[in-house]
Amino acid sequence: MYAQMIQSTGKGVKSLDEMDPTERAFQERIDAGGKIEPKDWMPAGYRKNLIRQIGQHAHSEIIGQLPEGNWITRAPTLERKAILLAKVQDEAGHGLYLYCAAETLGITRDEMFEALNEGRMKYSSIFNYPTLTWADMGAVGWLVDGAAIMNQVPLQRTSYGPYARAMVRICKEESFHQRQGFDIMMKMCAGSEAQKRMAQDALNRFWYPSLMMFGPSDAESVHSAQSMAWKIKMNTNDELRQKFVDQTVPQAEYLGLTVPDETIKWNDEKGGYDFAEPDWTEFYDVLAGNGPCNHDRLETRKQAWDDGAWVREGMLAHAAKKRTAKVAAE
Amino acid sequence: MNTPEKAAPKRTGEWPLFEVFIRGQHGLSHRHVGSLHAPDAEMAIKNARDVYTRRNEGVSIWVVEAEAIHASAPGEKEALYDPSNDKVYRHPTFFDVPEEVGHM
Ligand SMILES: [Fe+2]
Ligand SMILES: [Fe+2]
Repeated sequence: MYAQMIQSTGKGVKSLDEMDPTERAFQERIDAGGKIEPKDWMPAGYRKNLIRQIGQHAHSEIIGQLPEGNWITRAPTLERKAILLAKVQDEAGHGLYLYCAAETLGITRDEMFEALNEGRMKYSSIFNYPTLTWADMGAVGWLVDGAAIMNQVPLQRTSYGPYARAMVRICKEESFHQRQGFDIMMKMCAGSEAQKRMAQDALNRFWYPSLMMFGPSDAESVHSAQSMAWKIKMNTNDELRQKFVDQTVPQAEYLGLTVPDETIKWNDEKGGYDFAEPDWTEFYDVLAGNGPCNHDRLETRKQAWDDGAWVREGMLAHAAKKRTAKVAAE
Repeated sequence: MNTPEKAAPKRTGEWPLFEVFIRGQHGLSHRHVGSLHAPDAEMAIKNARDVYTRRNEGVSIWVVEAEAIHASAPGEKEALYDPSNDKVYRHPTFFDVPEEVGHM
């Protein structure tokens, strides 16, 4: 997902009996569906995990602008350009909401930026794949935003108040993203043979990376068990992946496209599709920094940060000067 | 409010944090919607326009430097709110109105 492989304490979930009264009250509040707010007591692990998770989510929104930003100047019509621009601007907003939510936990945004730029914090594996053709703008909106929605909708009920509220805002904006992507795919699929081939090629390249977004199976993971007990993770990776496949396959059929998985088959018994797992070696490799675009994405991000330094400093200096002038005038 | 328990120490060069309040279309009060960083209040309003009202969410924006907000402490919950719990007569439902009296 936008936050992948988040590690908790690794110790397994404590039972209520093993907790001291403060931690037990905290856990009981979560169990009862209550919210934890910034000034409330929370276990150090909860705070640390959330900073990692929300931070990684925020970074994904920001880095996620790059593969699409790549096509803004080359959109085929002015209308498509305006739509893509609005979509990418939304993603910047999503990043900002999430950075602010993480900041309530006692880390600053600039610290998170630095951690991203220095490779100490990650972003989603999906944004390390290139966007080669205009059809990729369709596939990204349809599949990548589609997969993100699967994860973000349940996170609106997460236990940490600021995170939940950020998710509510994000989810309101997200369905426009998926629809504009699907709309591009519909246009391409109703177009010439060459356009149809481009659409199929985009699906071929983005299918497995999209399935990887949910992360490897975590049914046995102690990290996930802890995160689920804390309600900062609402579903297992497999549950969400299954939901995504079940939703997406009929949409591909509607488009007249073929999902690049020969084994895919409806399973009446489980009420969902059986499908092939993505190549997890590739996933770990991309996370380790060896995907096709890792280097490029991070360099672009760093350069934007460095190039913007004079603006940030200049505006602070200007604000200080205005303050002094005001004091002098009083 | 989103002000952190122990605000992370501000480092040089970081823009201050502002809390953003927006009044929606229908004459309601300003409501807290989130926060953002800006060099000063004027820019905070401009940024708030871009970050929080891209879809006609509001007709008026307030920004307040997060540092300037005073909040009740979570530990004071009982002292602050318990006294009102035993004053049920403050709610109209405390009183029975005979049916013959009609709407009141
Ligand atoms: Fe987003
Ligand atoms: Fe999106």
